[in-house]
Amino acid sequence: MTLLDAHLVASLGAFRLDVALTADAGEVVALLGPNGAGKTTALRVLAGLHPIAGGHIRLGGTPIEGAPPHARRIGVVFQDYLLFPHLTALDNVAFGPRCQGIRRAEARRRAGDWLARMGLADSARAKPRQLSGGQAQRVALARALAPQPTLLLLDEPLAALDARTRLDTRAHLRRHLAGHPGVTILVTHDPVDAMILADRIVIVEQGRVVQTGDAATVTRQPRTDYVARLVGLNLYRGHGAGHAVALTGGLTLTTADVVDGQAFVAFPPSAVALHPHAPTGSPRNTWPATVDGVERHGDHIRVHLTGPVETAADITPAAAADLDLALGRQLWAAVKAAETRAYPASG
Amino acid sequence: MRRLTALVALAILTVAGCGGRASDTPTGTVTVLAAASLTESFTQIGKDFEKANPGVRVRFSFGGSSTLAQQITSGAPADVFAAASPATMKQVTEAGLAAGPADTFARNQLVIAVPKGNPKRIVGLADLTRPGTKVALCAATVPCGATAATALGAAGVTVTPVTLERDVRAALAKVRLGEVDAALVYRTDARAAAAQVDGVEFPESTKAVNDYPIVALRTGPNPAGAKLFVAYAKSEAAAAVLTHDGFQRP
Amino acid sequence: MRGASSAPTGRIPVALALPAAAGLTFLVLPLVGLLTRTPWSDLPARLAAPGVLDALRLSLGTATAATVVSVILGVPLAWLLARSSFPGRRVVRALVTLPLVLPPVVGGVALLLVFGRRGLLGGWLENAFGVTVPFSTTAVVLAEAFVAMPFLVISVEGALRAADARYEEAAATLGATPWTAFRRITLPLVLPGLAAGTVLCWARALGEFGATITFAGNFPGRTQTMPLAVYLALESDPAAAIVLSLLLLVVSVAILAGLRERWMSVP
Repeated sequence: MTLLDAHLVASLGAFRLDVALTADAGEVVALLGPNGAGKTTALRVLAGLHPIAGGHIRLGGTPIEGAPPHARRIGVVFQDYLLFPHLTALDNVAFGPRCQGIRRAEARRRAGDWLARMGLADSARAKPRQLSGGQAQRVALARALAPQPTLLLLDEPLAALDARTRLDTRAHLRRHLAGHPGVTILVTHDPVDAMILADRIVIVEQGRVVQTGDAATVTRQPRTDYVARLVGLNLYRGHGAGHAVALTGGLTLTTADVVDGQAFVAFPPSAVALHPHAPTGSPRNTWPATVDGVERHGDHIRVHLTGPVETAADITPAAAADLDLALGRQLWAAVKAAETRAYPASG
Repeated sequence: MRRLTALVALAILTVAGCGGRASDTPTGTVTVLAAASLTESFTQIGKDFEKANPGVRVRFSFGGSSTLAQQITSGAPADVFAAASPATMKQVTEAGLAAGPADTFARNQLVIAVPKGNPKRIVGLADLTRPGTKVALCAATVPCGATAATALGAAGVTVTPVTLERDVRAALAKVRLGEVDAALVYRTDARAAAAQVDGVEFPESTKAVNDYPIVALRTGPNPAGAKLFVAYAKSEAAAAVLTHDGFQRP
Repeated sequence: MRGASSAPTGRIPVALALPAAAGLTFLVLPLVGLLTRTPWSDLPARLAAPGVLDALRLSLGTATAATVVSVILGVPLAWLLARSSFPGRRVVRALVTLPLVLPPVVGGVALLLVFGRRGLLGGWLENAFGVTVPFSTTAVVLAEAFVAMPFLVISVEGALRAADARYEEAAATLGATPWTAFRRITLPLVLPGLAAGTVLCWARALGEFGATITFAGNFPGRTQTMPLAVYLALESDPAAAIVLSLLLLVVSVAILAGLRERWMSVP
């Protein structure tokens, strides 16, 4: 059942946001995109903190785009949490229930329950500045959930945390988001957060939705360079005819998939083999390439190549040593058709 | 205008009279600290004096007499002091700052200042006690307040004022603004505000006349100029201006 | 981590220490002057003189009332200036600070022109309600509030600008109406600024002279506050004026120090 149905049109200076968004009850949707894509603006429009210039927001069938933030039945976890510095963790969490007219004692009891659920029963009396980053994040989540919002909004909920805390907090967050009966909209620029926390990913670039789908679809069939980079794939656009896709750079790739018309071809860097001379034999996709950059990438070497198409290739350090990877070195790149994936550009 | 010409003529005569001893012809600036009630008269007298004594300039500082007296005893560089009461003058002379004894050069007496047209029909001090009549007096610590107390005592009238003002101009301002129905002020002040204020004379005012003493100061930077100005203030020419403004001759 | 660190140990730079010492001397020396001229021997008799306690009581009462008025009216005004944007806000801010540059005596005249018998509102007040404001204790409070309120507005506005407005947004998303957010979040956040502004406002009201004597006049027990008593004593008896000044000084310093202990110690 569709609980949230929104079409968000807003402007911020010269920037224009135009994003359509729907979500079912219990669904977690991630807005994923580069910095400046308009994700946070979208979130603020949903929360009523940024004026909507057009479109609509319906929550459970009720239009709320004209309602002030305090009348929207939302909960927001802000990027830097914005815990009220003069209130204890307990009173921060009790703030929402108090605003709903619940008596102080009862609101505190509920807040105490929420903190206990977050594993923070011992920190109830602490002021926000006495909390660690991970604790503050949990208090912020508890505070947002305590008024039992229909729409939960999270703005880069893990961005302020160090890598180690992030891991724990992400798992914790996932558990609580799964338990939230309403809609959760999560804004992030981190694909890992999006993939682990969200049921569905909406990619936003320059104020527009460029791709929507579950994590598997998005990672396997990226539609923009940004997404391809995020998920670590080489992505090309071209025109398909059967097993051949003619790329805009002049190269034609043979693919395992059959595709006709405008199409994408994607393959991982690890599928690219590099040779000092034009290879002969089984791989049918070969093209001359020039070394443009070399960097260490985990336990392998990533080589950036120019040529008819820009390509990233992952090779072993041993292979790299054999190839003598000086900048400007001429090589041949090869990809097996079976390692490529081709899919229509439309739809 | 005619008055001015006459004054100038008189002034020239006066100066000519004492200008015989040529040796120390005064020049420069004479600084005169004078009671606020002298503002209009002394400004005019200063102009006349400068015309009569080319090369001498007069600079005035008008203020409450007691404030001025304090400034002088604290070392303010002044040549002449003209006070609105002998009491304030005494502070200066007793401190040994005067070049000679102080002379009274003018007198002032009180009138009842009422808004133009006298809407409350006030004709004497007794009317000030009528219920609903708002009266401003000067505080007893300033000369006009002391004088008013004397006059009211002489009339056997007890007035409950709504305010005890810090100086006569402040009391008058309350009448001009219409905030009070009457104030006891000097006749000169009422006359200076004749556009908005009527002065009601009352017989008891003769029992409380305020003397205005003037003195040249020993410590001033221009003793010759000081002497000359004090003499001029006591001259016929100055007396004519003072009388015109409502002062009485000593 | 940002923490409340004490001043770094080490020497205070001479370029700061010298002017600081000179500044302190400049401020304190006049007080020393007052103390040296205080007639200590007959101090008790002078303090017991009729009217002294009346003036002190009136001063403390009116300054406190003026501060209350200023807080009630000034805090919302500061909020408006800091948080909302409306056409002409710059002009409004300039108008708010006007009493700071206006000579207080002129302020007093201006108040008379509004609340006086022939003033814009005064005539109507008198006819409709039989209320006359000038020469009353109310007038003292109004005059003091007029002169002192800008100090409060400016402090609180500064504090509001420094406080992160997003806390109010966070409160709104939790269901707080703007009023609740203001009361429960904004106000506590700007409390130090509000306290400082209140103290400034109270101190300015306590020392107010020009507007008070012009608008409220001077009558012992009703409108004669300490500064007026000091001024008039100065006309006749400088020693009495010094005693009164000293009394005002000691009482106000004692009250401010007491308040600081109790409230302004921010945890």
